Amino acid sequence: MLHLSKPIMLGLLLTFIAPSLTLAEEVVNLYSARKEKLIKPLLDRFSEQTGINVNLVTGKADALLQRLQSEGRNTPADMLITTDAGRLHRAKAAGVTQAVDSPVLKQLVPESFRDPQGHWYGLSVRARPILYVKGKVDPARLSTYEALIDPEWDNRICIRSSGNIYNQSLVASMIAANGAEATETWAKAFVNQFARPPKGGDRDQIKAAAAGLCDIAVANTYYLAGMLTSKDQAQRDAAGKLAVFWPNQQGRGAHVNVSGATVTKAASNRENAIKLLEFLLNPASQAWYAETNGEFPVRADVEPGELLNGWGEFKMDKLNLQQLGLLNPDAVRLMDRAGWK
Amino acid sequence: MTALLLAVPVVLVLSYLFEPAGEVWSHLVDTVLKDYVINSLLLMLGVAIGVLLLGVSTAWLTSMCQFPGRSVFEWALLLPMAIPAYIIAYTYTGLFDFAGPVQTLIRQWTGWGYGDYWFPEIRSIEGAALMLALVLYPYVYLLSRAAFLGQSICVLDVSRTLGNGPWRTFFHVALPLARPAIVAGLSLALMETLADYGTVQYFGVSTFTTGIFRTWYGLNNAAAAAQLSALLLLVVFALIIMEKISRRQARYHHTSQRHQALTRFQLNARQSFMAFIICSGALFFGFILPAGQLLWWALTTAEESLDSRFVGLITHSLMLAGAASVLALLLALFLSYGKRQLGSWPTLFAVRLAGMGYAIPGTVIAIGVMIPFAAFDNALDSWLRAQFGWSSGLLLSGTLVALIFAYLVRFLAVSLQTVEAGLGKIRPTMDEVARSMGTGSGEIVRRVHVPMLKGSLMTALLLVFVDVLKELPATLILRPFNYNTLAVRAYELASDERLADASYAALTIVVVGILPVILLSRTITRSRHAKSA
Repeated sequence: MLHLSKPIMLGLLLTFIAPSLTLAEEVVNLYSARKEKLIKPLLDRFSEQTGINVNLVTGKADALLQRLQSEGRNTPADMLITTDAGRLHRAKAAGVTQAVDSPVLKQLVPESFRDPQGHWYGLSVRARPILYVKGKVDPARLSTYEALIDPEWDNRICIRSSGNIYNQSLVASMIAANGAEATETWAKAFVNQFARPPKGGDRDQIKAAAAGLCDIAVANTYYLAGMLTSKDQAQRDAAGKLAVFWPNQQGRGAHVNVSGATVTKAASNRENAIKLLEFLLNPASQAWYAETNGEFPVRADVEPGELLNGWGEFKMDKLNLQQLGLLNPDAVRLMDRAGWK
Repeated sequence: MTALLLAVPVVLVLSYLFEPAGEVWSHLVDTVLKDYVINSLLLMLGVAIGVLLLGVSTAWLTSMCQFPGRSVFEWALLLPMAIPAYIIAYTYTGLFDFAGPVQTLIRQWTGWGYGDYWFPEIRSIEGAALMLALVLYPYVYLLSRAAFLGQSICVLDVSRTLGNGPWRTFFHVALPLARPAIVAGLSLALMETLADYGTVQYFGVSTFTTGIFRTWYGLNNAAAAAQLSALLLLVVFALIIMEKISRRQARYHHTSQRHQALTRFQLNARQSFMAFIICSGALFFGFILPAGQLLWWALTTAEESLDSRFVGLITHSLMLAGAASVLALLLALFLSYGKRQLGSWPTLFAVRLAGMGYAIPGTVIAIGVMIPFAAFDNALDSWLRAQFGWSSGLLLSGTLVALIFAYLVRFLAVSLQTVEAGLGKIRPTMDEVARSMGTGSGEIVRRVHVPMLKGSLMTALLLVFVDVLKELPATLILRPFNYNTLAVRAYELASDERLADASYAALTIVVVGILPVILLSRTITRSRHAKSA
């Protein structure tokens, strides 16, 4: 090791780092599991209105969380956005988030869609109802997720693999409602109802149902919305053959999840991050989610638009979404045991 | 030393073997582990058969036989390499799935419904093997072709004078001689197969890779996930050792360097037709069909189109691929010379270890890079704070340095295998002859090795270039703020199940990748001409 005096070493280091010490402009640094296409337009609007620049890295939620964790207190990230509550809870559990105690935010976001301590707030609601092929299924015969194991639906159901977080959250919500044992019994029976081994994404289930492979698909509504408004005639036609059935309306309500945001513990631009959070919850941004990606606004006072309203009012499962994060590992194991590929 | 540095991420993964992961293991063993192992092995077997059949046959045909279209196939057969595996999977699904145009047409013609007829299920383990084989066979094609072209004509002539026809010459002389190259190509293809996540995940085939992510994300158990990765590494290591043992002391140097102009076997009409069918089949299913589907999507249904941001994407992709491929080549040269000259046990081991990054899923490698970089940055920061009361923040994490380092870890195997295959052709006696004539080591390299290695070096450079162009997981997680590449753009749209919208970015990867591929083929052909002159 060279014995350089401290000033020289400092000087050397400074020349290295100088570029990263540019003038402090107003910024928010964002790690986002939402795809660029579905967040950038809002961020641009935010910068325009506030003069605060947003630096963005997109990626998979778990990888971004890992990055946040290993960067520790020096992380440049001020905010993390994910597309499901489970990951937000995981970030909180990993100790990389901080509480934002804002009366405004608490008033805007319903209680079940935010962390009790204010570590994260939901931004948009994603619902996972039962979709059925019009004319082949009498919606009056449908009732709950649980009832999908009726012999009536044998070999008639399409759903994607259990590797997907949407199914993991759905099963986690069922564990919360019915207990682990009952849910496992259900899952074992449910797997036998599949018209084919799970493969592909949610859109694939909708296409398969439209093509006649199955009569019922379980999929998130925004995929259906995306297909209905697609430029591709085939996608529009396929989606047009299906209708939405809101399950469990007599009970806890249809399964929902949220995309949401959390301010990091090490945030050096905390105030700007909170401004962004508030911006993402303003009526215009909330309506944007509905129009652009067919997701429901998290705020009850914002209208979701014509297409989404067309599916009718429905009751949402009021389970605090933190539970989805807590029960996620249990859900995965349960599905492993049930042989849900 | 360098090898050790590059081996850090791999070692980090291996180190998790000693970390207790709780009872997750008993759960895995009871439920899904068997599936992971069996499916991964079946997939490897399928891909191995596929790439060997496609790669070796086309390499032999284009280098040793004369038939119409040969000179076009020579370079065109490399084109599938430019298509990322998960993209080809999407296009085939789009075409041949139950809801796709082909089956829909069949149903319309015949009036059949679901279950009335049999159609190969594309989203199956066989389908996944086929997809991977179609885009990975060029590795085998490339390396075995270089080997066939590099074979001393004398050996082949001897075979012919002994009355062996093309078939016997192929099976008894050329094929065994090309074995190191074929094995090198095969091992690259298999390592990439093991690391593949996109294709198997989309096809719903549970393999080791999907298991790693399921354990990590779903069960939220990073230690068990890393242990699965470590197991994967051990398997790869075992395979490499097995190959080494089976080859034992056999050497594959040619004893003669007389490379006369090659007289290709002139095929008759029927044989030519067969050769044409084989080569065009590989080209059609590996490139024309998927690229055509992408183009169709781009022109008809895509809502995304080329915009000004594309220029930035292309620049970023080219820059990363360029920098990583040059560095990987230099490193590979450095390491393989170190191995050749020193040959000590620790060096050999470190080089092997460094080369194994290719078999690990990109995300795992990326994490393996991220953790030590961040640890270093944070340690430095703490030290500076303690010494000067001043914070440096993160120096390397989240910069291109970390990203390019990850590329090197992941793709070193590619350049290393290629360079080593090239060096293997240079007999040690040649060095000795040159040295006995008083030539210094530097000059030996410059005047003897470089001309002989040129083809291999170009191959190594371009293979890594194309690989980095397609690389997704490490790029995704390690890139700096506001920095996107073509692969990232294609993935973001595709993973949102907007395949048609992804087509522009995917096509651009293909187009940008084609140029180096053609260049590559030219170089190899020319290197042969240079020798035969």
